[in-house]
Amino acid sequence: MKTFVRYLPLLLLAIAWEATARLGLVSSLALPALSAVAGAWLELLQDKDFWLNAGASLYRASAGLLLAIVIGAILGIAMAWWRPLNILLGSIVEMFYPMPKSALIPVTALWLGFGDGSKILLIFLGCMLPVTLGAFNGARSSDRTLVWSSRSMGASRLRVLLDVVIPSAMPELLNGIRTALALSFILLVTSEQIVSRQGLGYLIGYLGANGSYDAMFAVVMTVAFLGFAADRLYQILMQRALAWRD
Amino acid sequence: MTDHSQIVVSGVSHLYRPPNGRPVLALDDISLEIRGREFIALLGPSGCGKSTLLYLIGGFLPIEKGGITVDQKPVASPGPDRGIVFQHFALFPWKTVRGNVLYGLERMRLRRKEREERAKAFIDLVGLTGFEDSYPAQLSGGMKQRAAIARTLALDPKILLMDEPFGALDSQTRSLMQTELLNIWQRSPKTVIFVTHDVQEAVYLADRVAVMSARPGRIKSIVDTKFDKNDLDILKSKPFVEKVDELWHLVREEAVKAQGKKPG
Repeated sequence: MKTFVRYLPLLLLAIAWEATARLGLVSSLALPALSAVAGAWLELLQDKDFWLNAGASLYRASAGLLLAIVIGAILGIAMAWWRPLNILLGSIVEMFYPMPKSALIPVTALWLGFGDGSKILLIFLGCMLPVTLGAFNGARSSDRTLVWSSRSMGASRLRVLLDVVIPSAMPELLNGIRTALALSFILLVTSEQIVSRQGLGYLIGYLGANGSYDAMFAVVMTVAFLGFAADRLYQILMQRALAWRD
Repeated sequence: MTDHSQIVVSGVSHLYRPPNGRPVLALDDISLEIRGREFIALLGPSGCGKSTLLYLIGGFLPIEKGGITVDQKPVASPGPDRGIVFQHFALFPWKTVRGNVLYGLERMRLRRKEREERAKAFIDLVGLTGFEDSYPAQLSGGMKQRAAIARTLALDPKILLMDEPFGALDSQTRSLMQTELLNIWQRSPKTVIFVTHDVQEAVYLADRVAVMSARPGRIKSIVDTKFDKNDLDILKSKPFVEKVDELWHLVREEAVKAQGKKPG
């Protein structure tokens, strides 16, 4: 029931959408009816091309994101753990963090072409810094009495890193990864629309250019739903991982 | 006397360096000898450096001037011979009560079965049976501190460093915990260094109280406070009340000084 009430506005939006289109309040070229979009979506599902494009997008996003999480987390924790690295990289991270990562789209395309490599590199570069900063801030915030307790119970410095610093960093690190997850979708679809011949972003542009607006909207909705589902799933996993907090 | 002293602090000074601002002399030429199995309290106004002295003995902070030895060996780093209990418990929040108590035992060369048994015994000792699988966030302050004490005692340290361990507890819980600590201490005597700013607590628990001066911290005087701890009426007896009063005046002088100095 609670879930129903929570998602009720979405249902209302869907009805309003359908009504707007049916009543001819806007041109069906600008906004096809939801039912038409749903029909186009069912057709797409039977199209091998759609799955190839979806697969390409999924591969790029997960590869880039995975690299960003692994390297970003290691880098952030290392920066908190070892001062010289922080001095070396701190200002660089600060400089590039607020930069609009989409500015890198032509750059990565120039380096690696129109294929998977440039997208993966772009997503990796764009998503790494939120992860790095989350890991860094989290690791730095570890309570010194926890570190001392661990040391006084016979833990080596390496053990303190594994047993205290990394677990202390988890809440902020996981939040950083959530930001990265959202960013990965943005960068994926944007870059595929601009410099690609494959992927869901490319498909949106391609269908739009060919006037298949029903299908184009269906792909847009697919991307929106994938982003939503990924974020919900991630939140559930995150709550599980941080169950000790309450 | 030096022969019998387990912990010898000689001429220790410590400079506290705040992240932004000028360094402050926190401890000035502290010398103190503590006998084995003695219960000593470090009493003083807040900011007098009593916790800093405890951290130096624990090996958590570098000793810059002077020296500290434990059993004739200079203190260089933290170690399981000196267990510590902090005011805010310092339990690992991502570990259950059992996980916390097992943590130190896992660093020792013990068989798994032995570790489990020992953890259980100490959880029982502090009255947390039934809460083994709770996370610290699910416990009250008193229970958290019991868990922290169990974690430290399970390693059987020769020396127990206690940093205002009951300072974050309500007064009923505090007085219960004081009695329990004495019970535990009488059953397995350890050297206890107990930092507090509560005069009555110091006099009740400790055999000797070292009163510290306002910053920079010095040992102002050391007062014998041996009373029969098993007699709960002692708290109302005349000698006890007078002792508390005597120490209260010593501390108050320092607290006033500290107030006067505050905004540098």
